[in-house]
Formats: sequence, C-alpha cells, structure tokens
Amino acid sequence: MSVQDLEKIFQDKIDADIRIEPKDWMPDAYRKTLVRQMSQHAHSEIVGMLPEANWITRAPTLRRKATLIAKVQDEAGHGLYLYSATETLGTGRDELLEQLHTGKAKYSSIFNYPTLTWADMGAIGWLVDGAAIMNQVPLCRASYGPYARAMVRICKEESFHQRQGFEILLTLSRGSEAQRRMCQDAINRWWWPSVMMFGPNDDASPNSAQSMQWKIKRFSNDELRQKFVDVSAEQVKILGMTLPDPDLVWNEDKQHYDFGAIDWDEFWNVIKGNGPCNKERLEARVKAHEDGAWVREAAMAYAEKVSRNSVKKEIA
Amino acid sequence: MSESTFLFQYVLHLADDVLILGHRNSEWTGHGPILEQDIAISNIALDLIGQARNFYQYAAQLSNEEGISATEDSLAYLRDGWDFRNCLLAEQTNGDWAKTILRQFFFSAHQVDLYAWLAKGNDTTLAAIGAKAYKEAIYHLRWSSEWVIRLGDGTEESHARMVRALDELWKFTGELHTPVPYELWATGAGIGPDLSLLRLKWEERIKNIFDEAGLTYPSTQWMQTGGKEGRHTEQLGYVLAEMQFLQRAYPGCEW
Repeated sequence: MSVQDLEKIFQDKIDADIRIEPKDWMPDAYRKTLVRQMSQHAHSEIVGMLPEANWITRAPTLRRKATLIAKVQDEAGHGLYLYSATETLGTGRDELLEQLHTGKAKYSSIFNYPTLTWADMGAIGWLVDGAAIMNQVPLCRASYGPYARAMVRICKEESFHQRQGFEILLTLSRGSEAQRRMCQDAINRWWWPSVMMFGPNDDASPNSAQSMQWKIKRFSNDELRQKFVDVSAEQVKILGMTLPDPDLVWNEDKQHYDFGAIDWDEFWNVIKGNGPCNKERLEARVKAHEDGAWVREAAMAYAEKVSRNSVKKEIA
Repeated sequence: MSESTFLFQYVLHLADDVLILGHRNSEWTGHGPILEQDIAISNIALDLIGQARNFYQYAAQLSNEEGISATEDSLAYLRDGWDFRNCLLAEQTNGDWAKTILRQFFFSAHQVDLYAWLAKGNDTTLAAIGAKAYKEAIYHLRWSSEWVIRLGDGTEESHARMVRALDELWKFTGELHTPVPYELWATGAGIGPDLSLLRLKWEERIKNIFDEAGLTYPSTQWMQTGGKEGRHTEQLGYVLAEMQFLQRAYPGCEW
C-alpha cells in the first residue's frame, strides 16, 4: 500500500472518530507531535509536584496535610500514565527525562512561579487546575487511544483537585483579615499566569491547524481561554474577591467577558527560562534524578541477580 | 498518675510516632529516586498521617472528657517538643534513600506486632484503629523489607550506604521496646502489648531480612532513649517549627 493510501485510511479513521491505537500505521509527524505534546504534559505533572510539595510540611491542619500529599501523589500518578502512554509511541521514559533534564523538553510555564503562602495551594487548585481542566477535558476525545484513556482518568482527579483548591480559598475568604488578604494576594499572583496557560493567541499559534485536523487539539487557545475567563469571573464572586484585571467587564453583545491585554513579553520570557523559579524547578528534578541514580542501579543489579539465580535453579 | 492520664499519654505517644514519621516521609514527595517509589513513600506518609489523625482524635476525646478542650489539630500543632512522645527514631532526618528505608523498616517491623496486639486489646477504640492500621503496616513492612534486601544485596555502593544508615540509626532502635510508665500501665491494663515480648519478634524479623540482605545484625547494646518522655534529639525542633508555622503565626484561625 502506498503512503498516500495509508494516510487516507488514517485520516478517514480520525474523521470518523475511530481511535488510533499503538500498532496502527500513523504519519511520522503525528507520532512526533504526540510525543512532544504528551511528554510535555507528563513533565508538567512531575515538575508541577514541586510548588505544592513545597507546602506539605507546612500545611496548617492534619486534614489539609493529608489531602495535599494525596493531591501531589495524584500528580505523580498522572505523570506515570502519561509517560506510559508516550512509551506506546516508541519513546521511553529515560529518553524523555533526559530531554527534560537537559532543557530540551518544555513543561508548563505556570510551575515556574513560586508558592509563597498557604493560599497558593488554593489558587493553584482553583485557577491552575481549572485552566488545565479546560485544556484537558477535550483531550479525553483525542484521536490517539492511550492518550485519550489516560486523560479520562486524569480529568476526573483534576476536577476533584479544583474543588479542593476552591474550598481552601473559600475557607480563607471567610476567615480573619490576614487570611482574606492572603487569599486575594494569591489570586492576584496566579491569575495572569493562569490566563497565559492557554498559550499564544490563535494567530500566533502556527501548529494548531494541523493538530485540530488530527484531533489531538479540539478547541483553539483563545476559545479555551475565553471559557476560562468567563467561568472564573463568576466564581471569584462567591469568594468575595476580585480578579486583578481592571478591564474585565461583561460584554452583553458577545455574551462573554472582555478582559485586559496579556503581557506576552512575560509569557515568552518565562518560557525562555527567565521566570522566577525556572532554575530551581529544573535543578530540583535533576537533583532527585542524580541522587536516585545509585538506587536505580542497585535495584537493577538486584533484579539481575534474582533472575540469574532463578535461571540457575531451573537448570538444576 | 490517674488511669485517664496514662491512657491519654499512651494514645498521644502512638499518635506522635506516626505523625512525625509520616511528616518525615512526606519530605520525599516530589523528590523520590524513581517516580513509582515517590508515589510509594508518599502513600506510606499518607497512611501514617491517617493513623495519627485517628489516634489524635481519640486523644482529643479523652482530653475533652476530662474537661480540657482539645482537637486533633491542637494536639499536633500547639504542643512544643517536650510534650511530644514519639520515639527518637521517628524524628531522625531522611538522609539518603537507604536511611529512609531502614528507618521505615525498623518502625514497620515494630508496628505490625504492636497493631496486631492493639487490635485484640481491651480498649475498643484502640482495637479498631489497630485493626485498620495493621493492614497498612503489613504493606509498609513488605515494601521496606524488599528495599532493605535490594539495597543490601544490590551494588557495592548501595550496600555501603545501608551499612552507614545502620550505623546512624541503630542506637535509636532500642527505645521502641524500652517501656516508659504509661506503656507499663497499658500492658498491665491489657490495652497495650508487653514490649519485651514484642522485642523478641522484632529482632527475629530484623535478623531474617538482614540475612537475606547480607547485612550484619549489630552487637552494640547501648541505646538512646528519652523521646517517649519528651526528651528529644535536636531534629524534632526543626520539624515542629516548620509543621506548626501557620498555626503559630495566625492563631485561632480556621483553615
């Protein structure tokens, strides 16, 4: 069969909403794009553990401590599903981690911002996980089977995290003067970076059309961003707090909120490595990996010994 | 000392052990040597903190019955080091993966028999908590035993690290089975185990796994004690300073 025929079968399947599975033929560019997108997501989960793990040892109550550990542990689990799903495309975890550690692979820039107060645990859950859910729910219908199935499970847990985050902020918003200040301060710091999580404006997002055709992206960056702003602008009222955007106003004609200009200069700078925590986050990942090298070697050496001995036993 | 005071202290001791150990383990979250093991150690931290909550809630109930108001959080967050009754072993720093594994192994090897005993003891609340915690401790023991063997019998480096961890931690193990007054009281009341019997089981568990791991069971007899009566190592102060920060900086708030 010619490549053209294979490509036609492939695109017909996608158009008919039939999932592509690991052993199916697929264009190299589709495979490559997916590996990049999925591994970026996996890396984001793993790096994303750090800003929240930062508060586990300082969580204010035993219940909060337990739920925060469980949440960060869920993120490790998401990383695991996504690395495994990426492996089905022929790229192993070691190679992907190497790309992360050398800075070749990217992860979500949001995790390059610091977590300065307990309220940040709430703001991350509400805004950052909220924005992630907007991005990820459509991916439960992504064309690549292992990816879509991983996303179903991830989205369920993420929406739980989002509710937890909102509840942290709600508790603070009903608390003391200092707690309300903490709550507003966290919203002020996390709002714009969260709005930026949807990526560049549609006219500056060159790969989007192809990804839409492949159904590994189902809504444009600006569509998703608008939806996020609309939802958040309403939810913040429940908290009795405000979003730090003087231009945020309901537009009756559009039936959407208008919002202010995004600081793209900051966006690109954080991507380039100039964010407040880029260096620390990556160093923490590299350190964990390097400090763990002897552990992984020992586990391998022991596993080999055990399998050698079991072979010996079988022969005897 | 009255019976209720002994019981209160005994329950607090059980709670403090698992809170401090769980807190220590949770310092690994996000920094584990392998993603799967990051999840495993976090999960153990979660189990231990869950156990701590059950014990603290019971201790708070006992305190309230005596007319002294307390909650699980006031007990965890508003006492200073001298009122904490955890074993010194629990508060020792994580060090490398070998030290963390060995600390967990020593503890779990103790907890399985302790909890099995509590589960059939005379105090119905402790029996219920013990029965649930026993199942978790069995898993923790299996997981940590496998790692002790893997590291002890892995590479030259992992073996050397285990030997070093053993050297650092061994002196804190004796306290697990050295009874203090509230434990002697609990034994007498049929609420807690006889620690001298538990010690024999513990030694056997450790020796069996050490045999497989190629580690030598130490002959040193001198042991550090004091934690169970509030005399701690310098490590605990830092744990509490960090853990209690928000409750201390913003007193009386809901979180």
